Formats: sequence, structure tokens, C-alpha cells
Amino acid sequence: MLRRRLFIAGLVFATLAPCAYAQDKSIVVASTTSTQDSGLFGHILPLFKAKTGIEVKVVAQGTGQALDTARRGDADVVFVHAKAQEEKFLAEGFGVKRFPVMYNDFVLIGPKADPAGVKGTKDIVAALKTIKAKAAPFVSRGDRSGTHSAELRLWKVAEIDIAKDKGPWYREIGQGMGAALNTAASMEGYVISDRGTWISFKNKGDLVIAVEGDKRLFNQYGVMLVNPEKHPSVKKELGQAFIDWLISPEGQKAIADYKIDGQQLFYPNANDPSA
Amino acid sequence: MSGFHTAMELVLQGDASLYAIVRLSLLVSLSAVVIAALVGFPFGAWLALTRFPGRDAVIIVLNACMGLPPVVIGLAVFLLLSRSGPLGSWGLLFTPQAMVIAEAILVAPIVAALARQTIEDLWLEYRAELEAMGATPLRRVGALLWDARLSLLTVLLAGFGRAAAEVGAVMIVGGNIDGFTRTMTTAIALETSKGDLPLAMGLGAVLIAIVVAINGVVWGMRSYGERKAG
Repeated sequence: MLRRRLFIAGLVFATLAPCAYAQDKSIVVASTTSTQDSGLFGHILPLFKAKTGIEVKVVAQGTGQALDTARRGDADVVFVHAKAQEEKFLAEGFGVKRFPVMYNDFVLIGPKADPAGVKGTKDIVAALKTIKAKAAPFVSRGDRSGTHSAELRLWKVAEIDIAKDKGPWYREIGQGMGAALNTAASMEGYVISDRGTWISFKNKGDLVIAVEGDKRLFNQYGVMLVNPEKHPSVKKELGQAFIDWLISPEGQKAIADYKIDGQQLFYPNANDPSA
Repeated sequence: MSGFHTAMELVLQGDASLYAIVRLSLLVSLSAVVIAALVGFPFGAWLALTRFPGRDAVIIVLNACMGLPPVVIGLAVFLLLSRSGPLGSWGLLFTPQAMVIAEAILVAPIVAALARQTIEDLWLEYRAELEAMGATPLRRVGALLWDARLSLLTVLLAGFGRAAAEVGAVMIVGGNIDGFTRTMTTAIALETSKGDLPLAMGLGAVLIAIVVAINGVVWGMRSYGERKAG
């Protein structure tokens, strides 16, 4: 009987073993759906690996969820885009230091037919007020992501209490950027997207950029090492090596070089300490 | 249908990353089915042949577990394996092993419940015979499992189907990491969210083709076994 049990244990081990040799030189980076869906990581990570031999495993989640993953110690580095949430994360002692990496901007996407009549305007706050007044369909991420945080901040600036004032026109889908764009495309609604995901998104349908260029649509990305004092499992040296590379001239150039159809998706700004 | 073509091209050209994804999907699903069978067959056989108070309740719960919601199991395994969870020191979260564990938990009740039913039906048929032969309980289980082997193959297929189609749980515990924990289903979810619906659909067609092929192979084995036994 014992032999049989040993045999079974051996079999179980054998089935698990093929995937078991974990690469030593690898880190887990909790990041956002925008960096993954836009294809940025597919462009820069091979460059980083060629230089350092470090494998970066990206788990793409909304910013809120990515920070929670890091809080539990399940990631070595977080690379997200919601400064207020990142500063809270640092204040709680979960992060070591925040480094600004790059920026792009948010855009308001809407159907070509433009039922709210906001296309081509430059004032995002006025546009949101109009959408609300006309009860035009609006898709919200509703997932505590960086883009969702930005959207909520803009409703606040527009002096609209969206939690209270939302009607059936306001659809919270609780999913990633791509899913939100798919939803907006199929129901002819407005949606706030980061420009990177929008440029790389392939199911645009009748959607176009309705509002862009307002400085309140600025979208900053930051990177932090998870605090090894909170979670001893954090791979401190490898994680820091990734951060150092991202903010180095070489990493910054790799980010700037990522283009789709000639359009640059992200603008490096690690040299701006206030970002 | 450009994306659909892309998917077919990837297949025909033997695209390395596509094959890695297919390989991982198969490895994870098959490992989960093997583990589920090692647990599920003995348990199902035992339950089929044993009578005890509360047995009906156990069967009801086991049958209900065939419909365990994958997202909930995914979340439970996630909380167990997270660095802040009880098994955090194993460092298994966001690895293929974590995906095998989650899928094995989903598949085991299916294997156990269907095996229990199959073996119990056989038992009712052959009970007098086996008792007359004076077979020990272990021999009985062995004889019944062997007699039921072709039906149990179908049970394994049901389990494999569940595992191969799974997306919610493996997304949570695997993290859909490129080149490491990305399976066919999570790749399809990712391409959908990138708005590349034709490519997502193309990958879906590849997945369905693989599942059909595996069922074909098993059907062939079954027919061969039947002829030989026949």
C-alpha cells in the first residue's frame, strides 16, 4: 500500500515537474492592461532580456488590482498609472521609492455620429457635462484601474457626483481597457481611454477620438520596487535592475521607439522628478 | 477575416509562440486530468461499493461539485497560494503548477461523480457474480474498474473538456503571463480585449480543432479496445 502511495505521489510529481524548473533570473511585474494591450511590453522586454538575461513576467491588471497584488507580495515590481494611488501605496510602506517613467494622455472616444455633439472640442470637463445632460451612452471601466481613477477625477472636476447621478446611460463594466472599447464600439457609446491602447486597438468600428488635448487628460506612469522589508520574497536586485533600466537613457529610448503606424504611444520622462 | 488568416498562418508556419501556448494548454489540462483521475477513480469506486449513513448526502454534494464555479475555485486557490496566504512560501502563484492545481480541483469531482455512477451501475449488474467468486473488496474494485475502462475513458474526456475550456480560474492563478502561463483560452481573452476579434476567433478555431483531434484519438482507442475485447 505504501509503495503504491509512493508511486502515486511520484506520478503527481512527474506531471507537475515539467513546468517546475523556475527560471532563477525572473521577476514578476504587476502592471496595467494599457501597457500590455498596447504592445509596449512586447517591444521593450526582449531588449531588456537581451541585455541582462532577466526574464520579466508581466501580470496585467488594472492599477488598483496591480497594487493589491503587490501588497500581498505576489509581485516584485509595480508599473502603474495613478499617482495618488501609488503615493498611498508608498505611504503604507509597501513600496520603496516611486520613479516616473513615461507619460501619454487620455482621450475621449466616441461614435462618429456624436450624439452628444462634443466631437472636436478641447474641454474634457465640458464634454462630460454635456454627455451627462444628454444622457448619451458612456462606458466606464469601473475596475479601480488608473484610467477609471482618471475618469472619476474628471467627473469630480465637472462637479458631478457620478456615484449618485449615474443613470442607465452610464455603464460600468468592471473590465480592462480593451473590453471597454469593445463595449463602446458595439453600443455606440463614449469612453475614456489611454491613447496607447486606443492606437493599437483593432476593433475601432465607428469610434473616433472626440476630445483630446486638454491638459487635464495627462497620464503619467510610475514604477516602484515592492518593499522587501514587507515581503522578503521580493527579488530586490533583479527588480531594481529592471527599474534602473527603464529610467536609463537606453530604456527611455526603447520606450520612445515604440510606434504603431508611425505614431509614438508613450513619451519617456524619467528625468522629470515632479512627474 | 485577416486575423483568421493570421491564425491559420501561425499554425501552418509552425509559429513558436503559438506552439508553446498550445503545448502549455495541453500540459496543464492533461496534468490536471491525471491528478483528478488518481483521486477521482478510487474515490468514485469506493463510494459506489460502500454503504454508510449519509452516503446519499455525499453523492449529492459530489454531483453538485461537478458545477463548481471556476472563478470561485480560482480565487480560493489564489488566496491559498498568494505570498500572504497559508501556502505563500511555496511561491507557486502565477506558475503553471498553480493552474494545474486549480483545474484538478475543478475536474476531480466530475471524474469522481461520473465514475461512481458508472461503477455502481456495473456493480448492480455483476454483484452476484463477484460475490459468488468470493472476491475481496479490492479485487472487486479492480475488476469493476477494468470492466468499466472504456466508459471511464469517456469520463476522462469530460474532465479534459472542462480543463481545456477553462479560462476564469487559470487567468486568476496563472496571471496570463506571456511565454509562461498563457494558455489558448487566456490568449483568446487577451486578443479579444485588444480588439483583434478575428485573431481571437482564429485561435478559438485552433483550440476546438485540438479538442476534436484528441477526442478522435480517444475514440480510436475505444473502438480498438472494444474490438479486442469483443
